Amino acid sequence: MDEIEREIHYTMNRRHFLAKGSLGLGGVALGSLLVPRLFGGSGEEVSGEGADALLRGVLRTPHIAPKAKRVIYLFQSGGPSQLELFDYKPLLRERNGEELPAEVRMGQRLTGMTSGQDSKPLAGSQFEFRQAGTEGIWISELLPYTAEIVDKLCIVKSMFTEAINHDPAITFFQTGSEQPGRPSIGSWLSYGLGSMNENLPSFCVLLSRGTGRPNGQPLYSRLWGNGFLHSLHQGVQFRSGEDPVLYLNDPPGTDRESRRRWLDRLNALNRRKLAETQDPEITSRIAQYEMAYRMQTSVPETMDISREPEWVYRMYGPDSATPGTYAANCVLARRLIEQDVRFVQLYHMGWDQHDNLPDHIRKQAKDVDQASAALVMDLEQRGLLDDTLVIWGGEFGRTNYSQGELTRTNYGRDHHPRCFTVWMAGGGVKPGVYGETGPFGYNIVRDPVHVHDFQATLLHLLGIDHERLTYRTQGRRFRLTDVHGRVVQDLLA
Amino acid sequence: MRHVRVLLSIAVATATAGCSADLSLPDEVEFNRHVQPILSDRCFSCHGPDANARESQFRLDTEEGAFAVLKGEEGAHAIVAGDLSSSVLYRRISSADPAEVMPPPESNRTLSDREVALIARWIEQGAAWQRHWAFIPPRPEDPPDPIRDWPTVNAIDRFVHARLAEARLSPSPAADRATLLRRVTFDLTGLPPTLEQLDAFGADDAPDAFERVVDRLLADPAFGERMASLWLDAARYADSHGYQDDLERTIWPWRDWVIHAFNSGMPYDDFGRLQLAGDLLPEATLSQILATGFNRNHMITQEGGVIDEEFRVAYVSDRTSTVGSVFLGLTMDCARCHDHKFDPITQSDYYGLFAFFNQVDEQGVIDYQTRVPRPALRVPYERVRSELGFVTALADGDSLASMVMADMDTLVRPTHVLERGRYDMPLEAVDPGTPDAVLPFPDDLSPDRLGFAEWLFDPANPLTARVAANRFWSMLFGRGIVSTEDDFGSQGARPTHPALLDWLALELVRSGWDTKALLKTIVLSATYRQSSQAGAELLAADPDNTLLARGPRFRLPAEALRDHALAQSGLLVRTIGGPSVKPYQPEGIWEEKTGGGGGSLARYERDSGEALYRRSLYTFWKRTVPPPSMMTFDAPDRSFSSVHRQTTSTPLQSMVLMNDPQLIEAARALAYRMIDEGGATPEERVTFAFRLMTARHPDSEETAELTAYFDEELERFGTDREAAADLLAVGELPHPEMHDEAEAAAYTMVVSAIFNLYETITRT
Repeated sequence: MDEIEREIHYTMNRRHFLAKGSLGLGGVALGSLLVPRLFGGSGEEVSGEGADALLRGVLRTPHIAPKAKRVIYLFQSGGPSQLELFDYKPLLRERNGEELPAEVRMGQRLTGMTSGQDSKPLAGSQFEFRQAGTEGIWISELLPYTAEIVDKLCIVKSMFTEAINHDPAITFFQTGSEQPGRPSIGSWLSYGLGSMNENLPSFCVLLSRGTGRPNGQPLYSRLWGNGFLHSLHQGVQFRSGEDPVLYLNDPPGTDRESRRRWLDRLNALNRRKLAETQDPEITSRIAQYEMAYRMQTSVPETMDISREPEWVYRMYGPDSATPGTYAANCVLARRLIEQDVRFVQLYHMGWDQHDNLPDHIRKQAKDVDQASAALVMDLEQRGLLDDTLVIWGGEFGRTNYSQGELTRTNYGRDHHPRCFTVWMAGGGVKPGVYGETGPFGYNIVRDPVHVHDFQATLLHLLGIDHERLTYRTQGRRFRLTDVHGRVVQDLLA
Repeated sequence: MRHVRVLLSIAVATATAGCSADLSLPDEVEFNRHVQPILSDRCFSCHGPDANARESQFRLDTEEGAFAVLKGEEGAHAIVAGDLSSSVLYRRISSADPAEVMPPPESNRTLSDREVALIARWIEQGAAWQRHWAFIPPRPEDPPDPIRDWPTVNAIDRFVHARLAEARLSPSPAADRATLLRRVTFDLTGLPPTLEQLDAFGADDAPDAFERVVDRLLADPAFGERMASLWLDAARYADSHGYQDDLERTIWPWRDWVIHAFNSGMPYDDFGRLQLAGDLLPEATLSQILATGFNRNHMITQEGGVIDEEFRVAYVSDRTSTVGSVFLGLTMDCARCHDHKFDPITQSDYYGLFAFFNQVDEQGVIDYQTRVPRPALRVPYERVRSELGFVTALADGDSLASMVMADMDTLVRPTHVLERGRYDMPLEAVDPGTPDAVLPFPDDLSPDRLGFAEWLFDPANPLTARVAANRFWSMLFGRGIVSTEDDFGSQGARPTHPALLDWLALELVRSGWDTKALLKTIVLSATYRQSSQAGAELLAADPDNTLLARGPRFRLPAEALRDHALAQSGLLVRTIGGPSVKPYQPEGIWEEKTGGGGGSLARYERDSGEALYRRSLYTFWKRTVPPPSMMTFDAPDRSFSSVHRQTTSTPLQSMVLMNDPQLIEAARALAYRMIDEGGATPEERVTFAFRLMTARHPDSEETAELTAYFDEELERFGTDREAAADLLAVGELPHPEMHDEAEAAAYTMVVSAIFNLYETITRT
């Protein structure tokens, strides 16, 4: 029996099978439907990648033994202030109000928002820090729940980036380039490692809006775009509300049963054409419709957190019962990971505290603290933390001097690309604090980690050599880390 | 000893070439076709054009370098023609010693056995060197003799057939008339044929029937819209500025200029010249100035705190790389930070080109809410009416403003090479210029955009006409003769039919760059008219149809998918041009990503009435949240220039086709048409709709499948009147009272199934 015949056979059987009901989550893996050239796409041909690589990933075997299989990236959009959260700098309090010394700034560039500001008064954090965990790691009073799990965290205090404005900086973090158009991290992983799930996309995206600065920075759908990779690798946004994935819902006046009948008719007609033409693209289409049909069931089931037990809401905090909040998205992230979605990307907006920082960051931290910590603990108790990497961080940090007037109770902070803090947990990272900034919290004094280093390390944890996962287009091989990046060995467990 | 073993293995490989597909070598190895792509991809990074990255002072990208005495190896040469054992290159690429083998194992560029064998055979056969094919101007070549019994319309077929004969394949028979009419109508207008057109062409036995169809399509205003929709990708057109809060901009009058230019038959060289430098022409007209909006379509930031010069430089870079890929098929962007790794383009060449676009009187950061950042063209209503007649959408008395190019009046901005492309790290100053490897910039041309445009369309330029002809070919065949449409450099694909590409390029120039004439020549060819049906044998022999033994077949592009449904349902509104429109879009997708600035595009305010049913190229394009249904069907996000779309197949596409309210409403409208115009019986009505969407009559089983489904749905909606009413409430189109709701709803579901047929969404 050749592949096409087998496919027809399969679909026929499936049709009968489905006609009898039993539409659980356990569909048949798309991989089993694959025939040569199942998915068209000229870019793939240029790169010489086989068609089935699309779902299985182009890497037949990982480059390195993987430590993590899945990733949850809790992106804190806007640039959280490391000085209020993780990077304890008592000197700034002692010298509160004094000018930023020139030898600390070293002529480094500033954004246009403060480059013209006459005075750059050092601003000590208004928040207390205390030591937590067995190692006595300093952490802010704004993060009491995070403090509880600090022993599980790998805290990198020496992250730095190149961009100084939101759009290029966040694009850089997510795609390895400040210019738009490159694939996002999740797309690269989908391309390299493929999907572990036949009912859900391998790269899912969840958005939430912060209370710290409700009108914070915008987001751009290109941040989870597939760039030049096959569109199967694009991040799919999961939304709270009626339409959890765009165009998922059947039109009014139809239900599951009528959709199934509709689809059976469509399949029958398409199969007739397949038998006549043997055009493999038709096989592909039939498979895509079946996947869509399964997603119509699996996505709402996954998104429905109403049946989570009460203790889950207690654990993730009161917001978690409200769809669309960061906390609810953390619960969803766990549910998606439980179903072996490869990469779950959250974005929480509102960390851009140029002014009224004390008030705003208090709310903003409250949005995320409990749920982030709960997510790590929840994954751990379900045995998922070992091979799931959790990342928490934004696109840059904030200045040690006040943007605008520094008063006894109020100040703001401008963008600061030269040092900031990111934490990771699970998935093969070594708990502890890595890197160090100077007493002014302005420059890194030990173990700098560039964005490309972070990306190289992330890929390494998933078994990928960042120099070898490439896609050829426009005359060259592109990769997430461009031509840079090194794996930070000291971060590995 | 090792050396002997390797040689032996090559001998074995060569001897067994006949039976091993993997290692089969051509009898005659041709440098440009077989060898240079390997050297480029595996060697040039370290032994290529980039002097700073060059290892051991050895370069393989020039003949001189490849045959020179090797530094540090007395009297040794990398390549000795005809002498494998003296060729150090061969020794190194075939070595089993990890310390000696080239490329080094850690580079991930290791050569396959076949690649080593190809290079070996090339050296043995005399190592004849060739310049990179794309930099040699197209050569006139007589088409091969026609092959007896193979239908031949013009030179295109003779080139294609010769190649087929070499491969022991033969052309496919012509597609049936209905298929052909549907194909050419979509290709040239982006719309389907009407039933009347299908009937008329089906009955027209005159020998020139097809030619008259083509002439009619090229004269249809929809032609300009179809061509424009491709050009908008290349020009990265959008209705928003693109960065951060992503506010609205006004540049749609430029889009209308493009439509008008195509429809009026403007020659391609004028089309390019005006867009690049219309403002610099003596006594430039308003229309000529408006054309230059092409180079203002890049993204512009309004983000607070941005360093102005950083972004101004980014815009100039964007123009440089856009012009490079769109007109020259070169990946200029690679040379922004260093000499090009693969092509003979130095970093100074890049900034020489950059200098042409560096004199614009513009800002890096624009004020919040600026819709038409300077330079802008502002035209009072009366002059729009008299001089820009194709801009028809202005309300009485309104003036027109659109983004255009204009250089600074007096001050000349010096251009420097920028270290690693950084705006704040200038190196030596450069004058405007072009890459010598392509065509040196003549002294008698003015060193400005106008001079650049003259250089670009100089018939001696080896790239411009080839790149254009290739793109026109691609629009009709789904892939270019050079499949990497934006890269004719050494890393790009080699042309599948080099002589044909040259013939088309020369034909384009000879005709006075007549776009319509070239398109007509191509679609009249027997090659284009072939059936796209492939038997298993042909599918196995040439899965990608690179040799064109059958007609082209591909999924409709995003715009055509929607326009198809709108057109056949009768909803399509054929107004040309004007401000972009906001049709149906899922709720909240702008709002949920909007930031504090909010601004003009914080909320999506859907239009109503006719604006819902305009052709898709008029759909409002907000770069940070582009229309999701179009993105799902492989439209680029227009952040930057793109000359080729992928054609993918994904589950999200199925969901759009199943559930997009725009398509459900269109299915509803077509259901009403079926009842009103499609005959009296379900069979007739199903046939009517099926034919509208596929251009053919359904066979009896297909009709039976659809009518049986209709009966099922009629029964369901008959008992569930509420469901019928719900379905018929999708979209603004009112339900006509005279229609029975259950019947209309049942036909709506039938049409929805027809909309989703593989044949409907594919241009066969």
